[in-house]
Amino acid sequence: MSSDQSLLSLTDVNTYYGQIHILQGISMEIKAGELVCLLGGNASGKSTTLKTILGIVQPRSGTVTFDGVDVTNKSTSFRIGNGMAIVPENRRLFAPMTVLENLEMGAYLRSDNFEEDLNDVYELFPLLAERRHQLAGTLSGGEQQMVAMGRALMSKPKLLLMDEPSMGLAPILVEQSFEIIQRVHRAGVSILVVEQNANMALSIADHGYVLATGRIVLADRAEALSQHEDLKKAYLGR
Amino acid sequence: MEFFLQQTVNGLTLGSVYALIALGYSMVYGILKLLNFAHGEVYMFGAFAGYGVLTILGGSSALVVPVWLAIMLMFGAAMIVSAAIGVALERFAYRPLRNSTRIAPLISAIGASFFLQAAALLMFTANSRSYNTPSLIAIETGIPLGPIRVWMVRVLVIVTAFVLMILLTLWVNRSRTGKAVRAVSFDREAAAMMGIDVDKVIVVTFLIGSALAGIGGVMVGLVFGRIFHLMGFVAGLKAFTAAVVGGIGSIPGAMLGGLLIGFAEAYTTGYISSTFQNLIVFGLLIVVLLVRPSGLLGRPELVKV
Ligand SMILES: Nc1ncnc2c1ncn2[C@@H]1O[C@H](COP(=O)(O)OP(=O)(O)OP(=O)(O)O)[C@@H](O)[C@H]1O
Ligand SMILES: [Mg+2]
Repeated sequence: MSSDQSLLSLTDVNTYYGQIHILQGISMEIKAGELVCLLGGNASGKSTTLKTILGIVQPRSGTVTFDGVDVTNKSTSFRIGNGMAIVPENRRLFAPMTVLENLEMGAYLRSDNFEEDLNDVYELFPLLAERRHQLAGTLSGGEQQMVAMGRALMSKPKLLLMDEPSMGLAPILVEQSFEIIQRVHRAGVSILVVEQNANMALSIADHGYVLATGRIVLADRAEALSQHEDLKKAYLGR
Repeated sequence: MEFFLQQTVNGLTLGSVYALIALGYSMVYGILKLLNFAHGEVYMFGAFAGYGVLTILGGSSALVVPVWLAIMLMFGAAMIVSAAIGVALERFAYRPLRNSTRIAPLISAIGASFFLQAAALLMFTANSRSYNTPSLIAIETGIPLGPIRVWMVRVLVIVTAFVLMILLTLWVNRSRTGKAVRAVSFDREAAAMMGIDVDKVIVVTFLIGSALAGIGGVMVGLVFGRIFHLMGFVAGLKAFTAAVVGGIGSIPGAMLGGLLIGFAEAYTTGYISSTFQNLIVFGLLIVVLLVRPSGLLGRPELVKV
């Protein structure tokens, strides 16, 4: 699946919240077709990295290049229109809106007919078809995760960003959601997944990056990382 | 019976207008969590825009165009002027403060309200004006309702208001932008993460809410005649009360709240005395807030999981 074409690259990115220097010179790359995981402890800057990639926060310096275009100063709408999508931390569904309306919001920027993609999402998550007129806020955690994933897929992304998709799910559901991630990946979508569950993430990823207090401290192929001594101690619990 | 019907029609008329004004209040609160205290002034300028068009067209007793066309032009002008003021408020008084403290835009709103009142005083002086509607559409016209006859102007106001409320409901529930308004109202950042242009959606909300207030201004001019530069203050307060009673942020709530306040006022005036009008209206506000703090149709803050 992997090719040599770079899909996303961050070069020496520095992001601040007010005066606080959060991302301190981050560089990373995702090639077309890759599944990359981003690991790191709490408050290490994982979510901030995704928000910087998406343009929700602006870096003070450095560049973000996506699909051959320097998007550093482009709006989030532009980036999503060009093929990014996100499953945000805590899912962030529109609770008072129906499942279908949530999925439609995922397709907000599309002007073409997305009926077919809606059916694809329902095929991936048959339960959502049944629940399409239910308010998203009344779904269980597992069901909400499906909506969040389906919503992101509605824009037909080239790059799917996922912020802790397994958070708060029962072990069986964690496994299911990783299977879904692999299915989406096999269908040709490049993926950047942030995970606390490092073992699981490394087992499906091609590459991994490890963040600690806003810096990339390790970057390697996933197999190599899962054997790495420091990482074993810090994140893999072995 | 006759008297009761009369008061009911009064209440419905008044309530329709309050509902239209309350909608803008509530939509803006929903999307920015901001009490737009200048909303009453947006409505006042709508009333004056309508009056301006009426004057240009020859005044109510010497119209140079058919009455229906004059009324449509008055509504049209009010919508444009009010929408422009609403959008300007958002752009210059609220947007620069959006990432500031919660209280800053509120104070800016109060300032904008005084500013617009002062501007109106300069432009229109302190004299009140009259639409003089009876010479536009005779009081005797209208549809019979049992023992009474409902003046055509009231019929026009009530029907127009309900049509607008239905259209707004359809728009916000069915259209792409309407859904985006709901998404941004619930979670601005998540909406941005879907590629929704949040600034644009906020502008559209101000535009529609303000245009509705402008229409409300012309309606008040048509039904009650008198308009003046401070008319926005009390109307704004009533609309705010209506929005809170219905559940601020809720569109059906603003409609229900507006109608309730309208009826409460009409029946109080009819059966007790107009001196008790505000006592009853604001008493209603307090009772609703005590029993259901989130308003009749407002949902208690949904937890974002
Ligand atoms: N909007 C914000 N304003 C100010 N500081 C913020 C903001 N968002 C995050 N931070 C701070 O930035 C740092 C990095 O946060 P971030 O959410 O990126 O961490 P994370 O790696 O995703 O953590 P977690 O695993 O807990 O989700 C934290 O110290 C956090 O407090
Ligand atoms: Mg995070």
